[in-house]
Amino acid sequence: MAKIENNKSGGLLGWVDERFPLSSFIKNHLTEYYAPKNFNFWYFFGALALFVFVMQILTGIFLTMHYKPDAEEAFASVEYIMRDVSFGWLIRYMHSTGSSLFFVVIYLHMFRSLMYGSYKKPRELLWLFGVLIFLLLMAEAFFGYLLPWGQMSYWGAQVIVNLFATIPFIGPDLAEWVRGDYLVSDATLNRFFAFHVIALPLALAGLIFGHLIALHEVGSNNPDGVDIKQVKDKKTGIPLDAIPFHPYYTVKDLIGLTVFLIVFTSIIFFAPEMGGYFLEHNNFVPANPLVTPDHIAPVWYFTPFYSILRAVPPIMGSQFPGVAAMGLSVMILFLVPWLDKSPVRSIRYKGKLFKKWLTAFVVSFLVLGYLGTEPSYVWGQFSSALPIIGGGDIATFAARIFTIIYFLFFILMPIYSKKDVTKKVPNRVTMP
Amino acid sequence: MKNLILIIICVCFFAPTYATDQIKLLSAPVDLDDKSSLQRGARNFINYCLNCHSASYMRYNQLKLIGLSEETIKKDLLFTADKIGDPMDISMQNENAKVWFGAAPPNLSVTARSRGADWIYSYLRGFYRDSSREMGWNNTVYQNSAMPHILWELQGEQFYDKTSNSLILQKKGLLNPEEYDQFIGDITNFMVFVSEPNQQKRKQIGYYVLAFLLLLLVLVINLKKEYWKNIK
Repeated sequence: MAKIENNKSGGLLGWVDERFPLSSFIKNHLTEYYAPKNFNFWYFFGALALFVFVMQILTGIFLTMHYKPDAEEAFASVEYIMRDVSFGWLIRYMHSTGSSLFFVVIYLHMFRSLMYGSYKKPRELLWLFGVLIFLLLMAEAFFGYLLPWGQMSYWGAQVIVNLFATIPFIGPDLAEWVRGDYLVSDATLNRFFAFHVIALPLALAGLIFGHLIALHEVGSNNPDGVDIKQVKDKKTGIPLDAIPFHPYYTVKDLIGLTVFLIVFTSIIFFAPEMGGYFLEHNNFVPANPLVTPDHIAPVWYFTPFYSILRAVPPIMGSQFPGVAAMGLSVMILFLVPWLDKSPVRSIRYKGKLFKKWLTAFVVSFLVLGYLGTEPSYVWGQFSSALPIIGGGDIATFAARIFTIIYFLFFILMPIYSKKDVTKKVPNRVTMP
Repeated sequence: MKNLILIIICVCFFAPTYATDQIKLLSAPVDLDDKSSLQRGARNFINYCLNCHSASYMRYNQLKLIGLSEETIKKDLLFTADKIGDPMDISMQNENAKVWFGAAPPNLSVTARSRGADWIYSYLRGFYRDSSREMGWNNTVYQNSAMPHILWELQGEQFYDKTSNSLILQKKGLLNPEEYDQFIGDITNFMVFVSEPNQQKRKQIGYYVLAFLLLLLVLVINLKKEYWKNIK
């Protein structure tokens, strides 16, 4: 009963507090949630991801009011939103740009964790929640991309669903079960709509809640990877390197949010298609099951994984190895907390080996991402005089090399993180 | 290691782009602030294109955005509909069109976004006489297009010269080449407008939003500094 005694607020708040832990919730998660004081640039993206999530839900609600999940009407209903609904174009661009920027923010957020070892003990579960969120976010984006019912929507969905068909034995039946038809059709559109607007957002909301609860249980990591709970104020028991989240990080995050909004609105108002990367040109042609586009590429945020899929050659006529490699390239993230054997968390105190591998990984990710947006002949062919690789596409060869580097970053992590010469971690954090 | 990374980055971003068989597109004279061009384009589009192609996501009353009054739209442009709020539709049925042309003429509402303005402009300039085709016309930009050259009376008849890989005007049309280029330029400009009627408004609002956010940025930076001045 100590809680009620401590609570001196009267009036309405007191009335609520006797029935619902409002004040203690605000204390535990904002005004007396202590975060390390040395957060830098990389610590904006978690809050920004939450902001984008809420924005996607809100704009999504308004889009749902006018969109028609029907193969005959879907494309026209999107154009109806763009033209006849008041500020429908704004809501639609916020949603389409929001989905791309969601991935930008999430990728930077994940890179931050890799840099500062935020997945290491005791934050393994926090990381697992995060990877699960990333996985569901990819599914959410994929389902949503079918809804405008343009050529890229249609053929992109066709290609991805056909990936399931490569699974030995059960594949073809599984793909048919997912589509609800022999090809992507009205039935597919309806179920993808259901997944996109309710099933996955609900699951995401739950996982994000779990992610935050796990974070507030163990406390935030920081750019030094220092455990701030080791040096506490003797009187108050509060870590000396900590400051309350509110008001310090709420005002600081306002800067991050404003800068983000400047980037976000610049795209919405001046380049909503982003040169065909956010809204693909071919998606302004209504879906046509009889006409396959020359070049089918997923939206940019899937292209690193798509590249890995294309890079793996078929074995005995089966495309399944490529599909398995693509699945593995995401799933391997789940293992990271147990692959890293380094005694320190942050890149600041890790040695050269880790830095080199992280750089190689980032370069691989970016190059694979670029190659995934282009057809495989983009860099031409090797001279046919060369042995083995002669006559092959240069881009395919490059994608294979970078796919190997991508996987080696994880597979060799237990070895190089152990061998790496680390520096001594200080007791206290350093301010940026 | 660093050198390797540098080399990789250089190769990725400066690699020569792949050769395509695509012909070079002409640059279309798009200017959405040029209201008179848009109005001429609307007239040309409705007179020549809107017989076979619909633009059904567009409503007639949205033509007010290019400076036309409701009376003008009703009097001079409302051929295919009764009410000003109606979509720019056509009466030709797709089934019939398939029999007549071999393919249904596509809806042109968002073609400027899928093909791009330069493609449309080049396409409208690229028709030439080809007796091997059913309609007697072919196109340099879109080989074996099912569409006959609707504007041939205006442009005249071009022939494709294989040796110089160029089009030569053999029979003069009603318009001289400069007038024809302006004619199709106006159509292209109008189609860019039709593909997203709100785009000028969008950019206008954008400047206000950005100005507001920049002011807000100054405010929040100072707010943060004020709160953080004691944190060391």
